Amino acid sequence: MLKIKNLKASIEDKNILKGLNLEVKPGEVHAIMGPNGSGKSTLASVLAGREDYEVQAGEVDFDSKDLLDMSPEERAREGLFLAFQYPVEIPGVSNINFLKTAIAEIREHRGLEPLTAKDFLKLVKEKKELVELSGELTSRSVNEGFSGGEKKRNEIFQMAMLEPKLAILDETDSGLDIDALRIVANGVNKLRTKDNAVVVITHYQRLLDYIVPDFVHVLSGGKIIKTGTKELALELEDKGYDWIKEEAQTA
Amino acid sequence: MADIYTEEQLAKDLKKSEYKYGFVTDIDSDKAPKGINEDIIRFISAKKKEPVWMLEFRLKAFAAWKEMKEPDWAHVNYPPIDFQDLHYYAAPKPKKKYDSLDEVDPELLDTFKKLGISMEEQKRLVGVAVDVVMDSVSVKTTFKEKLSELGIIFCSMSEAIREHPELIQEHLATVVPVSDNYYAALNSAVFTDGSFCYIPKGVRCPMELSTYFRINEANTGQFERTLVVADEGSYVSYLEGCTAPIRDENQLHAAVVELKAFKNAEIKYSTVQNWYPGDENGKGGIYNFVTKRGICEGDNSKISWTQVETGSAITWKYPSCILKGNHSSGEFYSVAVTNNRQQADTGTKMIHIGRNTKSTIISKGISAGFSENSYRGLVRMGKGAKNGRNFSQCDSLLLGDKCGAHTFPYIEVENSSAKVEHEATTSKIGEDQIFYCNQRGIDTEKAVSLIVNGYAKEVLNKLPMEFAVEAQKLLAISLEGSVG
Repeated sequence: MLKIKNLKASIEDKNILKGLNLEVKPGEVHAIMGPNGSGKSTLASVLAGREDYEVQAGEVDFDSKDLLDMSPEERAREGLFLAFQYPVEIPGVSNINFLKTAIAEIREHRGLEPLTAKDFLKLVKEKKELVELSGELTSRSVNEGFSGGEKKRNEIFQMAMLEPKLAILDETDSGLDIDALRIVANGVNKLRTKDNAVVVITHYQRLLDYIVPDFVHVLSGGKIIKTGTKELALELEDKGYDWIKEEAQTA
Repeated sequence: MADIYTEEQLAKDLKKSEYKYGFVTDIDSDKAPKGINEDIIRFISAKKKEPVWMLEFRLKAFAAWKEMKEPDWAHVNYPPIDFQDLHYYAAPKPKKKYDSLDEVDPELLDTFKKLGISMEEQKRLVGVAVDVVMDSVSVKTTFKEKLSELGIIFCSMSEAIREHPELIQEHLATVVPVSDNYYAALNSAVFTDGSFCYIPKGVRCPMELSTYFRINEANTGQFERTLVVADEGSYVSYLEGCTAPIRDENQLHAAVVELKAFKNAEIKYSTVQNWYPGDENGKGGIYNFVTKRGICEGDNSKISWTQVETGSAITWKYPSCILKGNHSSGEFYSVAVTNNRQQADTGTKMIHIGRNTKSTIISKGISAGFSENSYRGLVRMGKGAKNGRNFSQCDSLLLGDKCGAHTFPYIEVENSSAKVEHEATTSKIGEDQIFYCNQRGIDTEKAVSLIVNGYAKEVLNKLPMEFAVEAQKLLAISLEGSVG
């Protein structure tokens, strides 16, 4: 589904990603961990197409299409979803209206008929239960006045509504208390199918207790320096990152 | 890397977005020679078969205007206007009297269709009576019979002067005196038409009254005059909307609108204004110097102004309320969009005179391109305005960094029981907001429209339903052209 080859990217002339390789297949959950400044969020931003980053080299294949050649909205319509680390507030635009617009655009891109108002509302009702989002939050302006936890739940609610092929969760666990973390993780787990995939970017192992990854990658210095299974995450929690960095240097 | 949309690109695209409604209708016009003098005023008055008192009113106004100076305090810049180089009268030739739509000039009907305001559709869909002013002369008035059954008068100003002289003489220029300001005086001297509306005691007007103004003749100053009188306990909602064809030379528009609400009466006046704003270098476009004022004459009366301003090269407009009756209230809800080289200096005046009077001001400015957008507002609490209350909120939204937003609030309080609250914010449409929309599959053009409409929602919500839809489209059109 996603094949990243030798990806190099910079921001303001500072090289962040220095030849990153990653392959994600349908049905898989990948966790990307790593110390601060290792390039985790840059990877999410570059994949989503944020303009501040410049891609210097590499290829990204998304479902046999050249991802880097697409505009951010095309990537979204093709099924790439980014759960933002800092979700943006859009005053005056209701969550419902926002999602209605997004779904209409995505469906049009895929050559599907627009959803009827009835079907749309049914979908809203069904999906908001997944993340235990109150009715009031869906009719309020996008993220405006939401608490940190509500914003993150709203991201997962949007993900549920848009049903992406590939979801990238950028530090979705940051700022969540344990209950909110469980709700968010449950939501993500319920959305998993054999056809979609999730990339979880996180600092901490605790999220991976709930969203169990098939692979854990360690990103350091702009490259993936070690790949393992969920046990690797536990080991990292225990021992930190230095031993891997040393291992990578001596290898 | 793919074409990613930057704010710079957005600004570039906004600059290029063309005026959607640019076309010219060719209808033989019956024009006065250029210039203004007493003879021209006599010509206009004669052309309109006016009584002597009206001619005298005009000549008095002209005498006052000659003594006045063009105001220069507004935050706008434009070359001096040569008032002797304008035509002050132009009328489509009255080919026939119309009994049905079939008899109306097909070209005219076609124009309305292009504007999306075909009368058939209007009639069928929204049940709005439309009094269409096309280059100064009312072409068609509909629904008149239904309204007259209730005693409501809704007709062109010319007709009102002929048919209801007692009402016109009683109310005209009582809210905006002839010599109120330079443009009001000019309007009083040369106004060619407009609308008159009278709602009798205790009558609730059952439909939205609507007038579409169009400026159609090159170099023709347009001087409409509108008067709405709501007698005791009555209610009326009045809609005014306009679009105009592309023109190379600046066109002056100096309308006067007067509203009078008596005891327990309510007037809701909504405007969607989309005159040609000029090209991206500011060439052409309408100069819109308008005086709009309402008086809450009686106790518990209410006047509400709602405006969505997207057009005109220069806008100078302050729909105001004089709150004379005790417990009367005034409202001003405004969205003003400026793009390219447009300049807008707009706001309101709330003059509190009576006891327990209340006013609300919600102003939303949106600036793009190289435009300048100013809010100018006055809240005055007079000595007698015990417990007067005002709340003002003035927000500015900027697209790009070449445009300007300014706020000039004036507050005068003469009694200690009055309360005035003022809030102001300035924000930019963030690249992160647009990117967030993009990431959900929404392209930049739609994202801007969504964000802008969200920002203006408080005001758009105040518009009558059918007008709100049109206004949303207008906001999108005036900021469109942004496919990344």
